[in-house]
Amino acid sequence: MTGTVAIGLLQILVVALGAPLLVGVLRTLEARLVGRRGPTPWQPYADLRKLLGKDAVVSETASWVFRATPYVLAASMLVTALVVPVLVTRPPLGFAGNIVLLMYLFMLGTFFLALAGLDTGSAFGGMGSSREVAVAALAEPTVILAVFALALRAGTINLGGVVERVEREPWLAANPAHLLAFAAFFIVMLAEAGRLPVDNPATHLELTMIHEAMVLEYSGRYLALVEWASAMKLFVFLTLLANLFFPWGVTSLADPVPVALGLLALAGKLAVLTALLALVETSVAKLRLFRVPELLSGSFALALLSVLAVFLLR
Amino acid sequence: MARLGYALAALVGLAATALGVAGMLGRAGTLAVPWLVPLGGLELTLDPLGGFFLALVGFVAVPASVYAIGYAAGSTRGVLAYLVFIVSMCAVPLAANVMTFAIAWELMSLASYFLVLQERERREAVDAAWVYAVMTHAGLACLLAGMLLLAAWTGSVRFADWRAAAPALSAGARDLAFLLLAVGFAGKAGVIPLHVWLPLAHPAAPSHVSALMSGVMIKLGVYGLVRAGTDWLGGGPAWWGTAVLLAGVVSAVVGVLYALVEHDLKRLLAFHSIENVGIILIGVGAGMLYRHAGLGELALLGLAAGLYHTVNHAAFKGLLFLGAGAVVHATGTRDMERLGGLVKRMPWTAACFLVGAAAIAALPPLNGFVSEWLTFVALLQNTRVAAPALNLVFALGIAGLALTSGLAMACFVKAYGITFLALPRSEAAGRAREAGAAMRAGMLLLVAACVALGLGPTVVLPRLAAVAAPLAGPGAPARPGLGDWLTVQVPGDFASLSTLAIAAALALGLAAPLVALRLAGASRRRRLYETWGCGRMLQTARMAYTATAFANPFKRVFDFFYRPVKRLDIEFHPASRLFVERIEYANPTRSIFEDWLYRPVLDALHAAARHARAIQSGSANLYLAYILVALLVLLVLA
Repeated sequence: MTGTVAIGLLQILVVALGAPLLVGVLRTLEARLVGRRGPTPWQPYADLRKLLGKDAVVSETASWVFRATPYVLAASMLVTALVVPVLVTRPPLGFAGNIVLLMYLFMLGTFFLALAGLDTGSAFGGMGSSREVAVAALAEPTVILAVFALALRAGTINLGGVVERVEREPWLAANPAHLLAFAAFFIVMLAEAGRLPVDNPATHLELTMIHEAMVLEYSGRYLALVEWASAMKLFVFLTLLANLFFPWGVTSLADPVPVALGLLALAGKLAVLTALLALVETSVAKLRLFRVPELLSGSFALALLSVLAVFLLR
Repeated sequence: MARLGYALAALVGLAATALGVAGMLGRAGTLAVPWLVPLGGLELTLDPLGGFFLALVGFVAVPASVYAIGYAAGSTRGVLAYLVFIVSMCAVPLAANVMTFAIAWELMSLASYFLVLQERERREAVDAAWVYAVMTHAGLACLLAGMLLLAAWTGSVRFADWRAAAPALSAGARDLAFLLLAVGFAGKAGVIPLHVWLPLAHPAAPSHVSALMSGVMIKLGVYGLVRAGTDWLGGGPAWWGTAVLLAGVVSAVVGVLYALVEHDLKRLLAFHSIENVGIILIGVGAGMLYRHAGLGELALLGLAAGLYHTVNHAAFKGLLFLGAGAVVHATGTRDMERLGGLVKRMPWTAACFLVGAAAIAALPPLNGFVSEWLTFVALLQNTRVAAPALNLVFALGIAGLALTSGLAMACFVKAYGITFLALPRSEAAGRAREAGAAMRAGMLLLVAACVALGLGPTVVLPRLAAVAAPLAGPGAPARPGLGDWLTVQVPGDFASLSTLAIAAALALGLAAPLVALRLAGASRRRRLYETWGCGRMLQTARMAYTATAFANPFKRVFDFFYRPVKRLDIEFHPASRLFVERIEYANPTRSIFEDWLYRPVLDALHAAARHARAIQSGSANLYLAYILVALLVLLVLA
């Protein structure tokens, strides 16, 4: 029992404290790749601290939905940290609902954030909300199908079960169905976490922004919570990619040494994925909004192929 | 007087719930009055499946009637039809022979027809009622044809005898009977493309009736499908389940797509009823396919998921219709573009509607999430069916369900955000007042149901599994092990669910940032200021995003489906074309079902009627001659 609680707290700490660092590293890497020096990887922590010290300015039009949303968003992301096998194969809430739960937890955050975007009565907020839910809705089938392709092999949709299965049979990771599912999931991650080429997190240009338009009215501690939650979402998605498709290092034991090794392995895998993400983001341009569905249907096709490959190759 | 009537309806609802729950728990009983009507007499039987749907009627009738005490107390119009409607809906799942069923079914249809006509001063209600009457009777014709064929083949009008005799029938006969019954019941359930009456009739009725029509009446179509497919005919070939599953996918996706571009609040909800019937049918169809494949425990899971979504949809759709009714009551409009800002003027209604919206968007830990999770888990286990073609059908079901849930979330962001948030978009919305105590009580009852059904799958699911067990075919465990008090466990370590744990974790997750911010010494001050707007002088409601704008990305992405038309109408000043006097822009979507399916049929019908008019001259002598000829022909044939 105490072991479970300790693991749970440790996973939450890793996700909650690691997320800003991940975003910082990503920004530094991207700056270096385009020939700028960029801020230090620790900059997001300083930003969060600055925001926490400021007063929050809230629109007169906004209701309690606007003020509650940052907390709901943070709560949903913290719960995902207990559902995903970050360090151990059987996380504390692993029994509570697996990958389907995870997708709906992300939807819970999106739902409230989109409502908050509409709440202030600004055209920007509504524009962002409308675009965000469109992208989220179109990404949904891909996520489920990609997971289905994995579950087909593992005989379970409990995330821990998938991880254990691939750990036992490492050659599964080189299977075409597995690789197709990885590609599909990677594209969906770009869309869900609001990265290029779907959304540009670094810009505040009215015509193109999605996520940033939605959270335009937030300031002070509310903005800090929203930014932190977005960073956690990216962290959790990359962790999923790392641990579902390349699960080495995730331990089934709750002992200090394997868990510490797992943490190191996770850091290594996340570093590789972050570098990959930085490469993608610096080498593609943002897509026009109405080209995004084409990208997402492409990823859907990949996921569907991956499912078919399982049926045809068995 | 009207109050008394609605109070009586609430009592009937309570009694129905009690009796239905007793039936679900295994109490059986029969009430037969053979002399009352010809052809087998009146006969009612209580069994688990019938008990479940009886309880469902009561489950929505109670809050809807309590709500009506506050909503419709001003007039006695429609009270009798309302009572008949509820009683006849109670009788449908209990009917034990063809005659009883036909009477109950037709009474239900007629009573709801009069309820749709309740606001008969409005042209729209009259048209809706007309379409409804035609569609429901076309469905009845299919049902009666199927039932009379079965009665002729088995030699009995009692449903219990069909159960025994059905396996001996030829495959073609069973297929034909299933097809006729399925089409009839699907029409009542609002399955695409038999849905055209639903978005017209449901919004036209008063809101407590809409709640019952969407929450319960269309579910009796689902009842009929389950009853016919798995009980009367005792399971069938793979195409039955495939057809039901695919009809479910099409209804779910198409229903939610129509809802996205609909800006009439009650019509939007009606389209979501089509979507949710689709989700229910995905579960039921999966159950039928697994039953065909001989996988009893998976069939049980699929059917139980369908039943769970049935009761969940009754809870949240009932709640949403009652909430929409409160909005209409307060503002006098259903047009979302004229609403807004109600969260401050109607806080109770807004909070209740938010719970309903979150539940229908399947957000954890509410009830919609539980049944969609169960449906996903039932679908995802199709690897145990060794037939690639069927696996593909399941994969289609998975993708369709995922797309539907994403789009439903988007649609309810629109429905809630435009209706309740931002600034009021009309004077009426700015003057709105909170609903009365009875209306709030009705809504709060359903809020409690949404939360309880969300947190308590470990209690509810075993009961539903017991209802589904006799329908899941051989190999289904009578008492399936489904986990303990905390966790629902699907057989074979495939998946597990604990909404209680999720709710506790979410509560802790909400509290944690509050404490952490305090510890980190964050500023706690909040300053009110106007919304930022690029330097404009003042903010008005016209600057807020509209429902049309919100839905536009979807309209563009799915334009192959909506096939929107652009109409631009500009009136210039007579003196110069440089001055525009009036400009009108419309971008309506079209219905491919009306254009490609109903329009040709109706045109053909009109053409045939024109030809038939030739023999109708108005001369009584000629008509007498027709009668004589008809008589002679009949005599010769006999």
